[in-house]
Amino acid sequence: MQIQPILAALRRHRLATLLITMEIALACAVLCNACFLIANRWQQMRIHSGVDETALASLALTGYDDAHAVDLNARVLAGLRAIPGMQSVSVINAVPFGEHAGTAGITRDAAGQKFAGVVDFYVGGPGSFTALGLKVVAGRAPTAEDYQQPVHSFVPDDASVLVTRALAEHLWPGVDPLGQQFWVDKFHFRVSGVVAHLARPNGGEGGPTTIQWSVFVPAQPGAHLSGVYLLRADPTQLPRVLRDARAAMAKIAPDAVVDSGNSQTLVELRSRYFRADRAMSGILLGVIAALLLVTALGIVGLASFWVQQRTRQIGIRRALGATRGDILRYFQTENFLIVSFGIALGMLLAFALNLLLMTHYELPRLPLVYLPIGAIALWLLGQLAVLGPALRAAAVPPVVATRSV
Amino acid sequence: MFTYYLDLALRSLKRNKVLTALMVLAIAVGIGASMTTLTVMRVLSGDPLPGRSAQIFYAQVDPSPNPAKHHQPFDMMDYRSAVDLWAAQRADRQALVTSSALRLTAPGVNLPPLMAQMLSTTADFFPMFKVPFRYGGGWTAQDDRQRARVVVISADLNARLFGGADSVGRTLRLKDTDVRIVGVLAPWRPSPQFYDVKGGRYTSGDTAFFYAKPEDVFAPFSSSLEINDGGFQPFTCWAPMDGNEKMQNAPCVWLALWVQLDSPAKVAAYARFVAGYAAQQKALGRFVHADNTRLLSLMQWLELNQVVPSDVRLQTWVAFAFLLICLFNMVGLLLAKFLRRSSEIGVRRALGASRGAILAQCLVEAGMIGLFGGVGGWLLTLLGLWLVRSQRLEYSDLVHLDPAMFLITFFLAIAASLLAGLLPALRASRLTPGLQLKTM
Repeated sequence: MQIQPILAALRRHRLATLLITMEIALACAVLCNACFLIANRWQQMRIHSGVDETALASLALTGYDDAHAVDLNARVLAGLRAIPGMQSVSVINAVPFGEHAGTAGITRDAAGQKFAGVVDFYVGGPGSFTALGLKVVAGRAPTAEDYQQPVHSFVPDDASVLVTRALAEHLWPGVDPLGQQFWVDKFHFRVSGVVAHLARPNGGEGGPTTIQWSVFVPAQPGAHLSGVYLLRADPTQLPRVLRDARAAMAKIAPDAVVDSGNSQTLVELRSRYFRADRAMSGILLGVIAALLLVTALGIVGLASFWVQQRTRQIGIRRALGATRGDILRYFQTENFLIVSFGIALGMLLAFALNLLLMTHYELPRLPLVYLPIGAIALWLLGQLAVLGPALRAAAVPPVVATRSV
Repeated sequence: MFTYYLDLALRSLKRNKVLTALMVLAIAVGIGASMTTLTVMRVLSGDPLPGRSAQIFYAQVDPSPNPAKHHQPFDMMDYRSAVDLWAAQRADRQALVTSSALRLTAPGVNLPPLMAQMLSTTADFFPMFKVPFRYGGGWTAQDDRQRARVVVISADLNARLFGGADSVGRTLRLKDTDVRIVGVLAPWRPSPQFYDVKGGRYTSGDTAFFYAKPEDVFAPFSSSLEINDGGFQPFTCWAPMDGNEKMQNAPCVWLALWVQLDSPAKVAAYARFVAGYAAQQKALGRFVHADNTRLLSLMQWLELNQVVPSDVRLQTWVAFAFLLICLFNMVGLLLAKFLRRSSEIGVRRALGASRGAILAQCLVEAGMIGLFGGVGGWLLTLLGLWLVRSQRLEYSDLVHLDPAMFLITFFLAIAASLLAGLLPALRASRLTPGLQLKTM
């Protein structure tokens, strides 16, 4: 197949060629960036919370008097444990994908000079660590003695804690984290164990990079650790158990109000947490589909026009001995060339668009792998779109050459 | 002539129905996507207090005694600074604002206790923000001083508790205190809920909660400190709180001070007053960063907090990029369509039609596609907005197509298609008539 005559023909239709090239370039730029945005959201949505989400639910109470908190804890724990199917109930300050409760900046020294970042503290009463199903990768799980620490503020004054692997690597890169210490003002923490994953309740500053910066603090429930309960049950029973638990509150704790937004299964909380991301991915997917459709229609329209315009020339070529395959390939090659110009320009545009997005959003640079994906998608689309008009062109009989149009 | 061109355009569009449908569809989808996002943007980025916002200001100071330099003053104020500045009454109007949750029961109403959001504020809040009342009115400055047990409730709460009847004079129980209702608001839905906006820069763009509904209960600040003692949450603290101390003494910021200043001279004077206060506090040894004060107008404060969710801005970008692609597509298709009629145009030119006449004819055709596209775009915009509403976001109930946006839909559709038609029309009007006639 000779490219020279095709280029010569395109030169006669500079305006139309330019238009379709620009359309493909724009489509390529938007396609690459939209795919990248979707992949980014999906990656965020796949985050490991580190806990047995399907078996857990949280029950949150508000509106009770702090002076009755100890009594409330006792009543609720006893009442909920009586519900059939309940495997365990424990007091905790927050759950993953729920409302955050203990967010604070930590320092590496007691004087508070060496700031090390803002982390989330999960403060849990006896049984909560086991109920969460956290995986210990170094050190030990909290002991019964660890749970004796009373809470006077939002964390105990002095505690043995477990940190996530990601936080340990951030705080003490290349060093054994066990036995290391850190502070929040006067509150002192010693690392007694490391867990694989434990996502912060509500994300945090710094987005995906700091999502695993959590600390698990065993503590004794009391006035400052009350009101949020972690329920564990068999995943198939959990919705029923939670329903029963919420219904039982009217009798167990008539002085409190059930916070229904935060009294949900973790599966539900997770789904709500990522609702905006899911919606955005859906919108972007819709835009990609519409974009490909519109681009394809544009190619079909223009190719049909060219086929009609060149019917006589096609007849002449056929009369001079060109086969149907030659004509078909002519239009296919022509389309391939135009789409290739478009893609070349589109890759530059894609990077420009990515730079623009990076200035406004927390986005990394567009990985190169998206460019071939976009290119292949558009080449395929172009070939599919041109097939119809090209087949019609190939069907033009040689006799057309002898007629005037 | 125009009606003749309309007739010609209709005939031409009917001749190739598939191509026409493709163009109309492309423009409709592009317009539908753009107008949906534009409508949402307009709802979210609008002025919550039209006509008044330029006179409303937000004061900030830096009460932290830590020597480390902060980049900006805190988003809210500590109790002492806020109350000092408020009590000075140097602005035309001023209101303290803070929000907290508490248990609410209505004696005599058969409903379980509910957790209500309570806005603690001062008497000027209602006239300053032009809050509409259905029954009764706000409380007085005297009520503020006397810590009167009075409240104003929202239209929503009034509907839920009292079926929308005039409930002025009735009693509510907030936590353990009985309060008397003195006013019921008419439905009031500022977008965003501007007086509670703070901390936008810590949200990484996820700011839909700024568009939540206003609180259900409005109570005098001084009274609510007693009613909901221990129920207030800090925005942030510069030193850890002792678990049992009152918010009034805590090293925390949790109050907003809004002021109304009616002239530029008053704005400058008030800024000097706030700076003077900070300098005085530094002299007293309470402040370290006396120069770190700020007085922003309402709209500046909203902009600083980037109240429009970043996802919404991203959607708008995507929609307009898509519209641009649709336009390029339409230019190509119109070019094909006009040039296909080259011989027809040649005949018209040979019979004496001017270039301008051909141009007009082509543009009428393009405009007609735009009109049809506008109808389709309008329907798709309605569909898009319905989808936005069905997402149950905080601002979902605010999103609707007002008459202005309805007109803009058609204006945008026709303008876009005329723009797209211009190049092909110019091209068609410049065809040489002789050449076209010869090939016939």
